[in-house]
Amino acid sequence: MAMHQVHNRVRVRAIMPPGHVRVPAYLRGKTGVIERALGAFSNPEQLAYGLPADKTPLYRVRFTMQDIWGEQAESPIDTIDAEIFAHWLEELSDAP
Amino acid sequence: MPHDHHDLSPSGHPYRTDNDGPLTYWQQMEIALRELLIEKGILTAAEVSAQIDLMDSRSPANGAAVVARAWTDPDFKARLLDNAGDAAREMGFDIGVLHLIAVENTDMVHNLIVCTLCSCYPRNLLGLPPDWYKTRAYRSRAVREPRAVLAEFGITLPETVQLRVHDSTADMRYIVLPARPAGTEGLDEAALAQLVTRDSMIGTGLPRALE
Repeated sequence: MAMHQVHNRVRVRAIMPPGHVRVPAYLRGKTGVIERALGAFSNPEQLAYGLPADKTPLYRVRFTMQDIWGEQAESPIDTIDAEIFAHWLEELSDAP
Repeated sequence: MPHDHHDLSPSGHPYRTDNDGPLTYWQQMEIALRELLIEKGILTAAEVSAQIDLMDSRSPANGAAVVARAWTDPDFKARLLDNAGDAAREMGFDIGVLHLIAVENTDMVHNLIVCTLCSCYPRNLLGLPPDWYKTRAYRSRAVREPRAVLAEFGITLPETVQLRVHDSTADMRYIVLPARPAGTEGLDEAALAQLVTRDSMIGTGLPRALE
């Protein structure tokens, strides 16, 4: 699994699997920037069911309100940071 | 007549009815699990009570002490912003395995904490969260229209100030390091801590102004 670097652009996977998932639906499919790497934590999608849980890299990803709510955003300069596990993040190239 | 029954308490509020209804599914589950753990010798009732006491002993005053230390000690503030959990432990707070991140309010940035998925909160430092923090209204509106939420708490944020909302979606917990109020240069750490409110560490409030 590729490690994401701070400032890299990433997209949250737009999938809706069943189970205990700690990625809010409002962020799925949205694009943000890696704010910091937090280290590896037990994957809650396994932990919640008492399964052996893989240590999974966790990142803080910063989204702009514009990224998330489009023209409905209250203020274009405001941001939302959320913690997202590596297997939910797709690296984007800088090219448009 | 001392034994007369009235509909209202002496303070003018209706009496709360006794909880004579049946246990809910989860109340039964909690009792069953607790009794099994005690029967099997994994826990004692005294240990369960001690944990409840420990959680009840935690309060926003712990966070206020951390904030006041950061306001008065630049080296501590640097350590707090680098690793807030270790900085709180350094002050002697028993916060267990809490992974804490401090986010700093400045002239240009205001921070707001929420957990949209449930009720994640830095309980091991600040104690239990306020009830409104766990409501669906706060959890949804804090990410959708946070400036409107702040206005309802009495904070009108200038357009030029960036609002950063932090959604506690996984293993981290957050505390806002509010900006030190103006005119407090003469106050010592203990007096400064008195200015730090619970809401100012969630971001829905500001520290008290000097009277």
